[in-house]
Amino acid sequence: MITSVMERTNTLIEQTETGKVVSEMVHHKEGTSKINVRDLNLFYGDKQALYGVSLDIHEKQVTALIGPSGCGKSTFLRTLNRMNDLIDGVKITGDIIIDQENIYNTNDVIKLRTKVGMVFQKPNLFPMSIYDNVAYGPRGQGVRNKRELDKIVEESLRGAAIWDEVKDRLKTSALGLSGGQQQRVCIARAIAMKPDVILMDEPTSALDPISTLKVEELITNMKKDYTIVIVTHNMQQAARISDRTAFFLNGEVVEYDNTDEIFSTPQDQRTEDYVTGRFG
Amino acid sequence: MVIRENFEKNLEELKRKIGEMSELSVSALEKSFKALKTQDIELALKVIEGDNAIDNLELEVNQFAIWLISKEAPVSRDLREIIGAIKISSEIERVADFAVNIAKATVKIGNAPSLLEITKLEKMKELSIEMLHKAIQSFIEENISLAKEVGELEDEVDQYNGETYKSITNYLSDHPEETNQLLQLLFVNRHLERTADHITNIAESTAYLIKGQIYDFNS
Repeated sequence: MITSVMERTNTLIEQTETGKVVSEMVHHKEGTSKINVRDLNLFYGDKQALYGVSLDIHEKQVTALIGPSGCGKSTFLRTLNRMNDLIDGVKITGDIIIDQENIYNTNDVIKLRTKVGMVFQKPNLFPMSIYDNVAYGPRGQGVRNKRELDKIVEESLRGAAIWDEVKDRLKTSALGLSGGQQQRVCIARAIAMKPDVILMDEPTSALDPISTLKVEELITNMKKDYTIVIVTHNMQQAARISDRTAFFLNGEVVEYDNTDEIFSTPQDQRTEDYVTGRFG
Repeated sequence: MVIRENFEKNLEELKRKIGEMSELSVSALEKSFKALKTQDIELALKVIEGDNAIDNLELEVNQFAIWLISKEAPVSRDLREIIGAIKISSEIERVADFAVNIAKATVKIGNAPSLLEITKLEKMKELSIEMLHKAIQSFIEENISLAKEVGELEDEVDQYNGETYKSITNYLSDHPEETNQLLQLLFVNRHLERTADHITNIAESTAYLIKGQIYDFNS
């Protein structure tokens, strides 16, 4: 009995190799890709703004795009629902495939923007009531039945965690709300179109800290239903709410990985320098 | 303009405090062993009294590190460095506690005529100090090869520990009337072995800080 215990102990000791790496810090998050971007180049006239960007955005995850001003992250975000088409002299090469469909091979941009909604830096509500703002998109798509519209408006406002605050004043002007409330109504307006993907371009940069945290909480809850891509200058925000992070610099993706990895053990020195605040 | 210059200075300050703690611990180990070897009770008592200074420094390192985390929201290597400082300061504090334990054993042995050669114990003490120097240098200079050397030295300490254990227990069975002194020497043997273990932990924390991967030098 004792001999066998000693033997087992010795075997265990022999098996342990000194100086080895015991474990990796990061637990990799798996996911199915929703958007595949391949070798995307974008030119504003002669000036190239994106260089060979390739990345896969995973379904029902939050993907953060970070990088210094002018690095191309907002430009990239706008290519995902063809917002750059509106700018004169823009030339785009490469592929963006959403659900197996190349979005630059279709003429139905309305359909694309229904599927891929957007929330901007500053709340941009229309000068009309809260209700009409949220109902605007569905009405444009031909929904006329009041009961159906009521349902969409309530569900969207609930989805944007603003229902309780506005349910008694739906018919009053949306512009009377605070900045943080307006931004959540903007999110409700995006949700009302029942999109798959929501793009957010610095959605909290104009908000106070508490409103910011509310929107962050909302984004975290929304990812069970939506694929979210967010541009942010707030690195703590990227670290808190995103599953994956892409670091852009001078129009290129320097590093794209799990957010845990980007903020704990980035592989590229430039990423390390940026996230630790050594430049930018 | 260098961005985050003040933060860099604070990180340097944190490292400087760790260096200071380490020097105090080395000095405590040297003194406690000298007291054991020369049966100098007065010196042993000084080691016990001096432990407060190291405890206070550990507290200072922790408070400073917590302040840096809350103020600077560090990530990546910066964060690993600060967490490393917190862990390493606690290990150095443990090393100083073992010096105190050796001093206590010295007091308990008192002036009884010394029975055994303690050259192997002394060798363990010297190796431990060499390990601590290397581990702290590796932390301050962020040099992974020094951290790895610490793990190798620990194997030597373990070797001496095993040999000393055998020789003391053998002597004990022939001289049961000397149990008190021999037991104290067995404790010293154990304290030195644990000292080396804790120093190896410092090297592991340092390796994590440098590479972002968790290493095991302790097996």
